[in-house]
Amino acid sequence: MSLIEVSELRRTFTVRRRVDGARRKQRTEVEAVRDLTFAIDAGEMVGYIGPNGAGKSTTVKMLTGILVPTSGRISVAGVDPSRHRTALARRIGVVFGQRTSLWWDLPLHDSFDLLHKIYRTDPARHRTNLAEFVELLDLGDLLDTPVRQLSLGQRMRGDIVAALLHDPEILYLDEPTIGLDVVSKGRLREFLRALNRDRGTTLMLTTHDLQDIEALCDRVIVIDHGTQVYDGTLAGLHEQGGSRRTVVVDLVDEAPPIEVAGAVTRRVEGPRQWLSFPADASAAPIVAALATSYDVADLSIQEPDIEEVIRQLYSRPPSEPSGRPSG
Amino acid sequence: MPLHVAVATRAFKRYSTYVGATLAGIFTNCVFGVILCFVYLEVWGANPDAGGYDASDAVTYVWLGQAMIMTVAVWGGGSPDDLAERIRSGDVVIDLYRPVGILGWYLSADLGRAAYHLLTRGLAPTVVGGLLFDLRYPADPLTWLVLLAAVPVAVTVSFGLRMLASLTAFWLLDDVGPRMLLGFAALFFSGLTVPLVILPGGLRELAMALPWATFLQVPADIWLGKRTGLEVVEGLAFMGGWAVVLLAACAWVLHRAERRVVVQGG
Amino acid sequence: MADAVVDYCRIASLWVRASMAYPASFWMMAVGSFLMTGLDFVAIWVLLRNVDDLGGFSLTEIGFLYGATGLGIAFADLCVGRVERLGQMIRTGRLDTMMTKPVPLLVQVCADEFAPRRFARVLQSSLVFVWAATYVDWTLPRALVAVEMVVSGSVIFFSLFVGLACVQFWTADSTEVANAFTYGGNQVTQFPMSVFPQEIVKALTFVLPIAFVNWYPALFILGRDDPFGLPEWLQLASPVAAALFLGAAALAWRVGVRHYRSTGS
Repeated sequence: MSLIEVSELRRTFTVRRRVDGARRKQRTEVEAVRDLTFAIDAGEMVGYIGPNGAGKSTTVKMLTGILVPTSGRISVAGVDPSRHRTALARRIGVVFGQRTSLWWDLPLHDSFDLLHKIYRTDPARHRTNLAEFVELLDLGDLLDTPVRQLSLGQRMRGDIVAALLHDPEILYLDEPTIGLDVVSKGRLREFLRALNRDRGTTLMLTTHDLQDIEALCDRVIVIDHGTQVYDGTLAGLHEQGGSRRTVVVDLVDEAPPIEVAGAVTRRVEGPRQWLSFPADASAAPIVAALATSYDVADLSIQEPDIEEVIRQLYSRPPSEPSGRPSG
Repeated sequence: MPLHVAVATRAFKRYSTYVGATLAGIFTNCVFGVILCFVYLEVWGANPDAGGYDASDAVTYVWLGQAMIMTVAVWGGGSPDDLAERIRSGDVVIDLYRPVGILGWYLSADLGRAAYHLLTRGLAPTVVGGLLFDLRYPADPLTWLVLLAAVPVAVTVSFGLRMLASLTAFWLLDDVGPRMLLGFAALFFSGLTVPLVILPGGLRELAMALPWATFLQVPADIWLGKRTGLEVVEGLAFMGGWAVVLLAACAWVLHRAERRVVVQGG
Repeated sequence: MADAVVDYCRIASLWVRASMAYPASFWMMAVGSFLMTGLDFVAIWVLLRNVDDLGGFSLTEIGFLYGATGLGIAFADLCVGRVERLGQMIRTGRLDTMMTKPVPLLVQVCADEFAPRRFARVLQSSLVFVWAATYVDWTLPRALVAVEMVVSGSVIFFSLFVGLACVQFWTADSTEVANAFTYGGNQVTQFPMSVFPQEIVKALTFVLPIAFVNWYPALFILGRDDPFGLPEWLQLASPVAAALFLGAAALAWRVGVRHYRSTGS
């Protein structure tokens, strides 16, 4: 039996909407999530992605027991979250991206102390956990700083420690790297990898950042309009979505469109040109070819974003055979 | 001028989107009005001439008070609160460099808000009060005109006071204290707690001279016909005088604040 | 249950420390709220300078009524804290965060932003209550009823705060309606019921039994006859009214949370 099991999960909401012309608002049923079925084993790191409003947070709310499903079955760590929410709370950790569960005006360690007490964690265990996380996330100097004085990245690290002090088996992260600078993002990803490796914590994260997924997740579940459209590896997703990366080249002088093997020039604007190539191909030969044949002043590579990949997934004609069917 | 009308209209519309909150507020005003009416009826039943009012005056005063609470924002709120928020966040710099005066801008917004509150939370409880109790209404059309002119002046006086409290945010980290003290003074000296006319001698004289008397007591006395002829003009001059003094004070403080912001670079 | 109380105290005490991070603000708010809530009594004092009594009750007797209802709402306000802002907790997602913690939701909601400055109201009401109590002819049964009165009054206001806040699970626009019942309930019980028409008093006894906050037990303690001639056992029935209020509030909370968990909005 898997740690998280979801089968034929459905959640509908009743929305009151003003239909064109009508004076009164009318009730309409909206399916936020439908026919969701997946299983996650202990120790997996799964990226749960999709555009805004796809049903990601609705799913996470059902997995944590906040929302009750309309129909279908969920089992997390052997229990039904909506029935045993408080009991389950001791076994999971949740970090909601842009809101903090720390005390704004108090030093970090005060928040940690309170969590220790309300989770009734074993004191010795709490001490070792705290010491270890603080060390790994480099928070030692900040424990006495009021939370309001922390940077976004520091606060996110604080929130993650807060979610982990009671040794949860599962950690749900909602947009953990949103708004963070490159260095903070990298450090956070490294920590999460170590957490999964050393403690076997199961990770499920929703994100807009494909690099989070690339760095952390062996498996991606894509949801759009409430339906699961993909479940598999990230490479498979790129392949299936036919997604492309872009090289942005700044030449020393203006030039006609660049011609280089493996890439297509999409746009020229003065000395700047945009070249696209399949996301699963290596950028190295293209960059090398560019450097030898052209006077390159600067160069950068843009990753496809989630929205783009998912758009691609949809824009393909339905007759075309798709890699691995979802669901 | 058209700009200020637009600002006022926008504020009016902004408040008018909260229909549910408005209805809830009207209900609350009515509940408090009914409670106070019975208490006042008891008092004026035992002393039919307290403060120079009769029972009908006292009951009318209660509903005028309920009508003015939100209109003159006795508890605080309105556009000066927005300004305080912008001072704390630093967005006020944008306001300072706009080619329009801050004072006129925020006053217009507050008058727009007051117009909305007068038409909803002012009018509705008065109608309810009129159905439940025997109220007194001005008979002379001229009195109605005078009152129509007095309300925006009262709002301006209240605006000036709230603005001064908000402007302290330029100097204090936290302007909650000044605003709270202002709310306390307003609640008592406006005559919302008890009509100023029944206060004991010296306190009554003091209260009648303070700016908060313009919120309710002076307009109510015009409404009830306690001020007639020259006294009406006197009342209006008293209100207008406070409005001018307070706006001038705001302008001066704002000028100081502006210099401070320029020196410190925001 | 004991765990819930302990958790409540722990969360609340952290908020006390947080609010002490701004001592100036704390003291200004505390003094401000002390003065502000005291204004109601100043009003009563001013009114009674113009008349000998109000509804047949003297200033000290009204002070007793005022102090009792004041203590009730003050304790409730202190404990329930920010339940009035439930709608905001829903909008900001704070409620969701609370639901992922192993502490009963109501405990977390009530303890949220626990503000020690609310002690100011407790203090203000206590002062009036103690002053008025010195004019009471105390006996043991009267003292017991006084304790029962303050406890019942607190429970009734507590239930009103929580029960009415539950409306915010459906609509955020309604907070002012809640004020009409909580602060309005406080205002109406600051005066002797004999001021109001019989129909209103009966409604406040049998429909929305707010009169049990202080009026009935105070009649017993002050040794007064019921001006409306209602049965004497009502004077000892406050705990029953409090239990009814509490039950209704608990029901409203359960239904509200269930609604929230099935709509998430």
